[in-house]
Amino acid sequence: MVMPVMFSSLVFSEDSDYNMKVGVTEVSQSIFELHMLIFWICVGIGVIVFSIMFWSLFKYRKSKGAVAADFDDNFWLEIGWTVAATLVLVWMAVPSTQVMVKAYDDAEGEINILITGHQWKWHYKYLEDEVGFFSNLATSQEQINGEVPKGEFYLREVDEPLVIPTNTRIRFLITGNDVIHSWWVPDFAVKQDAIPGFINTAWTNVPEPGIFRGACTELCGIKHAFMPVVVRAVEREEFDAFIATKVALAEEERMLTSKVWTKEELMERGEGFYATNCSACHQINGKGIPPVFPALDGSQIAMFDSKKHIEILMEGVQGSAMAAFGDSYSEVDIASVITYTRQAWSNGENGDGVIVTPQDIVAYKNRIDL
Amino acid sequence: MSTVVETHDHGHHGPAKGLSRWLFTTNHKDIGTLYLWFSFIMLFIGGAMAMVIRAELFQPGLQIVQPEFFNQMTTNHGLIMVFGVIMPAFVGLANWMLPMQIGAPDMALPRLNNLSFWLLPMAFGILLSTLFMPEGGPNFGWTFYAPLSTTYAPNTVNFFIFSVHVMGVSSILGSINIITTIFNMRAPGMTLMKMPLFVWSWLITAYLLIAVMPVLAGVVTMMLMDINFGTSFFNAAGGGDPVLFQHVFWFFGHPEVYIMILPAFGIVSHIIETFSRKPIFGYSSMVYAMASIAILSFVVWAHHMFTVGMPLAGELFFMYSTMLIAIPTGVKVFNWVATMFRGSITFETPMLFSIAFVALFTIGGFSGLMLAIVPADFQYHDTYFVVAHFHYVLVPGALFGIIAGAYYWLPKWTGNMYDETLGKLHFWLTFISVNVTFFPMHFVGLAGMPRRYPDYALQFADFNALISVGAFMFGLTQLLFLFIVIKTIRAGKQAEPEVWEGAGELGLEWTLSSPPPYHSFTIQPQVK
Repeated sequence: MVMPVMFSSLVFSEDSDYNMKVGVTEVSQSIFELHMLIFWICVGIGVIVFSIMFWSLFKYRKSKGAVAADFDDNFWLEIGWTVAATLVLVWMAVPSTQVMVKAYDDAEGEINILITGHQWKWHYKYLEDEVGFFSNLATSQEQINGEVPKGEFYLREVDEPLVIPTNTRIRFLITGNDVIHSWWVPDFAVKQDAIPGFINTAWTNVPEPGIFRGACTELCGIKHAFMPVVVRAVEREEFDAFIATKVALAEEERMLTSKVWTKEELMERGEGFYATNCSACHQINGKGIPPVFPALDGSQIAMFDSKKHIEILMEGVQGSAMAAFGDSYSEVDIASVITYTRQAWSNGENGDGVIVTPQDIVAYKNRIDL
Repeated sequence: MSTVVETHDHGHHGPAKGLSRWLFTTNHKDIGTLYLWFSFIMLFIGGAMAMVIRAELFQPGLQIVQPEFFNQMTTNHGLIMVFGVIMPAFVGLANWMLPMQIGAPDMALPRLNNLSFWLLPMAFGILLSTLFMPEGGPNFGWTFYAPLSTTYAPNTVNFFIFSVHVMGVSSILGSINIITTIFNMRAPGMTLMKMPLFVWSWLITAYLLIAVMPVLAGVVTMMLMDINFGTSFFNAAGGGDPVLFQHVFWFFGHPEVYIMILPAFGIVSHIIETFSRKPIFGYSSMVYAMASIAILSFVVWAHHMFTVGMPLAGELFFMYSTMLIAIPTGVKVFNWVATMFRGSITFETPMLFSIAFVALFTIGGFSGLMLAIVPADFQYHDTYFVVAHFHYVLVPGALFGIIAGAYYWLPKWTGNMYDETLGKLHFWLTFISVNVTFFPMHFVGLAGMPRRYPDYALQFADFNALISVGAFMFGLTQLLFLFIVIKTIRAGKQAEPEVWEGAGELGLEWTLSSPPPYHSFTIQPQVK
């Protein structure tokens, strides 16, 4: 193991553009060393085999008068290289098994975080404190379309990263809401599929503060490339303060449900929610991308059928890309975005303009629960 | 017409005239030709899709196509190259060469042979037609993982399922024909352990196909039921299991990988012995190695699924079983090198492609070994490192095997020698561009670029531009191959029956005239 480690530290910097990330955790570093060990073994075998091959090709050219020998078998040679290949594989298998046993550990963490893959964003929930939030791509559509210059963290930035404390054993519980996604942070060497109906586990323990960027690595539809993972590791005190803020915010949110909302307040909140969560498919102008993503502007449901409108938001549409938002967002968010889409574009003028309040959503939930 | 085999004057045994010759033919050579041309056309269609993919990935940002179309391109590129190019090309070579290599007049089941070919244009017609439908074609990757391919798929997925069924029927019928031919129509004296290695490779491949094509049919039928008839095989909300899809798919998919490489092993073995002027080293160990690879291929499938959350024992089992495959594969490479050792070597185009095959396929084997290491695979999985790996085994692997075989046997098929200068030019352009295209993919993959991404972060831009340049060069170069093939068919130096110096000792096909008579061997040759 000495040679590869020496080589790796000489040749590769931490943020290589052409080699695996060394990463920051003990597991990611041992995986990197294992990767380099296997790589150098392969290089060694390659050098031996290709040297013999190219030397033979050069030496036994017919143009230089080479005459073919007439042997075509050698039992002990066959046995010899079969045994040699087996021994090399055992040499590889031993450290691989050791690293695997270290990486694989599903014991509970000090902090347990439920990660849910959605089309096309991640939801993080801190199980001990019962707070959670969505993490969306922060890169603008203008950058993607090339209308403005691309930023340094193009496609690797989110509106709200996952925050974790350093030097703490963290267990991730990973699942999917719609299709299969995969949550990958190269710096932790954590990659786990997020599968609907399953909860997979992974763990990490990050020794130093920093921002670590990853990606979704299982094809999950149109925006597969546009749901990055960003994790911010902070000192324990900062993490506790972060959680305290989140808990307070969640409390405030719960208060908002009972508040009496004006149409303008709902519209304002709904517009923001729509831009973040709906516009990727239904487009900012409400025209959608038919036939896959229907238009909301001029939609019969958005103009005249508020009951159906609520139902779609709460339950999703079976067999389509429209997810159920009911369990993931607050009553206020759902009510405000419904109100917004019933007023926006031409819908307000041409439709019934019904305002849906958070209390309506609460009523819907109670009815369903009966 | 023939110098070696006595031919009788059966005037009605010649080919029919015009279109009906091709529609109704039951002749193994005509059907082989149809398969090869079909595969060639699909190579350009699938290749054009690759060009769209590489054009979009030339720069970061979305320039040429939108993600929904990009996903259709990656999906159809994969499906076409696997089922429409590599597999039909091997079946075409089998049709042409098996009867000639075992001393038979034709395939055992000629009408079945006609049916199994003509199912293919139908299957791919259906598949390609979905691209012109309003919802677009399949967009869920060639591995079509549920529920993206069921609950969340466009309605055209039903056409895709039907098309896969038809392809599967075609493959199974073709395999039955090949097995029947090999077991029943060998020349007297040709025992199993005297069969040419290409025949051996196809016998094993045909068994793999019969074993796994029904599994593929099963998995797409389960999808069909989920989509249209309210079952929940793969739908977690109905009590189903999305991971079951992957297990069933890869139980088909991994043997499928070897279906796409074993016949190339056979072809390359013949070419290396011919141009080394020395019989293949370790014939029996070559046969045992292919058989071991085939058997092992049934117990390694979950190495495609190391990140789905298997228990530790499962991860380790599939790592060890996958590593075992390196042994027979290594043995084959060692045997090829030992065949070259102390030979009398010349470098005609088929030999150049075969040498490149051995070298580059071995590189693909190394990256495969790296991918087998479970903990390291957590970092490689679903990145461009995987894309680099399977393109190394499928392009300079399987496709080079096919191209080498085409150059090797073209003079036999047409009676004309191909243009050696152009052939070598084709080789060098292909060899350079294939490496410029696929080698940098290792680097972007390791650096963290996931596969199936229509757009990517800025640090991957330089390598992606280089990869695209290589890909365009590779694509254009294959037009030269088309030109060479057409030129050889139309004219060229008359080929001898033996074609290659000393080949007459190596196989029965070289005892026939060039081009061979319509019914290859009307009198069975004797094999000593």
